[in-house]
Amino acid sequence: MELQQRSLTSRNLLVPIGSVVLALLVGSIFILVVGENPLYAYRVLLVESFGSINNIAGTLQRSTPLIFTGLGVAFAFRCGLFNIGAEGQLYVGGMVAAIIGVSFGNLPGLIHLPIAVFAGMLAGGLWAAIPGILKAKLGVHEVINTIMMNFVAYYLTDFLVTGPFHGGRWAPETDRVFPTAVLERILPPSRLNTGIFLAIVALVVVYIVLWKTKTGYEIRAVGLNPSAAEYGGISVARNMVLAMVISGAVASLAGVEQVLGVHGRFIQRFSPDLGFIGIAVALLGKNHPVGVFFAAVLFGALRTGGAAMDRLTDVPRELVVIIQAMIIMFVAADELIRRLVPRRRKA
Amino acid sequence: MGNVLEIDRITKRFPGVVANDAVSLDVEAGEIHALVGENGSGKSTLMNIVYGLYQADSGEIRLNGERVEIDDPRDAINLGLGMVFQHFMLVDTLTVAENVILRAEPQKFRFVDYRKAEQEVARLADAYGLRIDPRAKVADISVGQEQRVEILKALYRRAKVLILDEPTAVLTPQETEELFQVMRNLREQGTTIVFITHKIKEVLAISDRVSVLRRGKLVGTRSTAETGHKELAEMMVGREVLLRVEKEPAKPGAPVAEISGLYVDDQRGTAAVKDVSLKIRQGEVVGIAGVEGNGQQELVEAITGLTTARTGKVLLHGEPIQHLGPMRIKRKGISYIPEDRHKRGLILDYNVADNLILGLHTQPPFVEHRLFRSERHIAEHARKLVEEYDIRPPNPELLMYTLSGGNQQKAIVAREFSRRPEFLICSQPTRGLDIGAIEFIHREIIRQRDRGTAILLVSAELDEILSLSDTIAVMYDGKIVAVLPAQEADERRLGYLMLGGDPHLPEGDAERGVTAT
Ligand SMILES: Nc1ncnc2c1ncn2[C@@H]1O[C@H](COP(=O)(O)OP(=O)(O)O)[C@@H](O)[C@H]1O
Ligand SMILES: [Mg+2]
Repeated sequence: MELQQRSLTSRNLLVPIGSVVLALLVGSIFILVVGENPLYAYRVLLVESFGSINNIAGTLQRSTPLIFTGLGVAFAFRCGLFNIGAEGQLYVGGMVAAIIGVSFGNLPGLIHLPIAVFAGMLAGGLWAAIPGILKAKLGVHEVINTIMMNFVAYYLTDFLVTGPFHGGRWAPETDRVFPTAVLERILPPSRLNTGIFLAIVALVVVYIVLWKTKTGYEIRAVGLNPSAAEYGGISVARNMVLAMVISGAVASLAGVEQVLGVHGRFIQRFSPDLGFIGIAVALLGKNHPVGVFFAAVLFGALRTGGAAMDRLTDVPRELVVIIQAMIIMFVAADELIRRLVPRRRKA
Repeated sequence: MGNVLEIDRITKRFPGVVANDAVSLDVEAGEIHALVGENGSGKSTLMNIVYGLYQADSGEIRLNGERVEIDDPRDAINLGLGMVFQHFMLVDTLTVAENVILRAEPQKFRFVDYRKAEQEVARLADAYGLRIDPRAKVADISVGQEQRVEILKALYRRAKVLILDEPTAVLTPQETEELFQVMRNLREQGTTIVFITHKIKEVLAISDRVSVLRRGKLVGTRSTAETGHKELAEMMVGREVLLRVEKEPAKPGAPVAEISGLYVDDQRGTAAVKDVSLKIRQGEVVGIAGVEGNGQQELVEAITGLTTARTGKVLLHGEPIQHLGPMRIKRKGISYIPEDRHKRGLILDYNVADNLILGLHTQPPFVEHRLFRSERHIAEHARKLVEEYDIRPPNPELLMYTLSGGNQQKAIVAREFSRRPEFLICSQPTRGLDIGAIEFIHREIIRQRDRGTAILLVSAELDEILSLSDTIAVMYDGKIVAVLPAQEADERRLGYLMLGGDPHLPEGDAERGVTAT
């Protein structure tokens, strides 16, 4: 049923949840090796990421950019495109938001902030349009081009942040954006900011676009069967470009949020691989907004809790990276999990 | 002669269906025993049980009078059974001979003896008239040849009873004829064959006896010589079947579509359609007969805008449409039932309702405020069509891939016919379907015709062309080589023209004409 595909039913949840459980089990082996008690270490991880309002805020703050990148990657996936360029798109989006943010000091906040956000999105969308067009018109594989575009984005923003838009301080960063362009903090001292609401809006909008509009119908049709889409009068090329633009625009919001909400400025190479973790988030979240939300929160929690675990136990924070990698491996090898969990059906 | 294989009250249940319900049937030594029934009647299941792929819930199997336990295909092979499945299981990167000997390799000093393997395979192929090069890579050979490899695999393992599961479904008519010759050779040399099909014509052409399954139950076994088309069709469907479509003579009106001087290239850039001109009028069916691959597909895709013609015109009501894209052509009132329903016609991961609006999805009432889907109208549309066209199971929420082939095709027909097209193109509309579904679709096509639709029918089945068309065009090597009124056409004449025979020679000289060219 379409419903089965749309909502996360138990069968669809099996693989993501099974992957997480298995990854935690494998992780506990590493914890034992360093001579700690896995139950204790995981308890620390849990408490430190969800144990207090402050911890929850920290977790959500780390989840926010992952929602954007995960959602962006998922959107392209729905059209059959593998957008590995979220990292570059968020740098471009973040840079443009920063440029708008440090300019135009006399605009009222009600205008300045939306313009900065929107310009960042637009820039990320256009950035992603390039590999989209190359794919649609010339058939060049988008994986190659999105990766290439990442490098262009790194060095372009390197140049901008050390050259024309270098701030007053010595560090490779821009000046602070004007207060009128800031995404306000919600629960200080955590750096959670109003970007989280933007993320929720993005989740809802993507859901509506994909399943409640004719555009979503066309994009998903192209992703599932381009030949049939073409037969149905759907332009494959047009929808591929459109999907890449939306994907890039959504992913670039991660950079916008980091710049306007977390750092208050563009810092050279600020992203801890947010764009690449976004691929994992999309994969774990089954390219569905609800799944992406939970996957992003999980990865955010691992980051937050991992730092605390490092402080409070002998377990190094790298464990978190191992667990993340394991989750991705298990999701990718979903057949494995389907077989491990016995099913009732016996033919 | 005695029975080699006795199937005794075999029952097999799957969740929700009884695939085999106490089926008993005997296969005599040295016969070709046809097993027929509509799709889903349990033919494959029954033979998979015999071959050890499934275990029966109850019942027993005897070989040469002795009860046997067949737990897996290895047991079956050891007992002298061989089976060729609908989906082949070959290793593309290996040669024919390597595939045949796989897991039963002849050895010499513990190395595989490829020389001996090739000789042995060539000898077997020769003995039964299976034309194949043992050294060819499987990746490079045709589907028909792959099937021969599968047959060789079974023979190499000394199969005495050979089960062929719908072998003709993937073959062209010529290849089918060749396969039949191989089957006769096999029978002559003592191999017993169980031949699964749902085409009655083939049963009558090749088998000695025939057993009919319907909804998991054995309806009966007949000696082929003592039964006929009508009885078998009724046994399969469970009611009287109209073998020929009932129709009034056509009352053609004004021309709807006119094709002139059309040239279309195929994917490799060579001309696949050469200077085709054709006129289709209101209320008539123009059938295009031809061996597949003679440009029919390219012609149809050019008319529907899915490919671009090199030169030439397609006029709809006098207006050129050949430069418009598929969507705009659709909107001009052209409907198209594509040859490949999985690749072109359906999005298998969409539900039935969403498939029923494919191509209509940008139009009211399915879109509101120019952007949003109207779930209410989409659901209503689906409910209506599912009922009207009897699509089963009657649940528009089901994903399309869960439906049977016949019901998938009905969904396409429902979608395309319900648009009330002025020009309807049907490409292989009943391929792979069983009698019930074919009858239904044929009736719907004639109903469209009588409503005044202009219809272009492309089919490799001569029966279909002959029973539906009012005018028949024969296509050979990209050209229309003859156009004749249906009354003047018969199977022989069309077959002759389809193979490139000279249309100007009178009927009597037909055979000589073919050999001369
Ligand atoms: N592995 C299976 N699991 C569940 N149902 C099955 C399976 N194989 C076949 N069936 C069901 O059993 C019935 C008979 O199928 P099959 O033997 O394939 O029919 P046929 O070969 O005559 O077309 C159908 O209803 C089909 O859906
Ligand atoms: Mg079958």
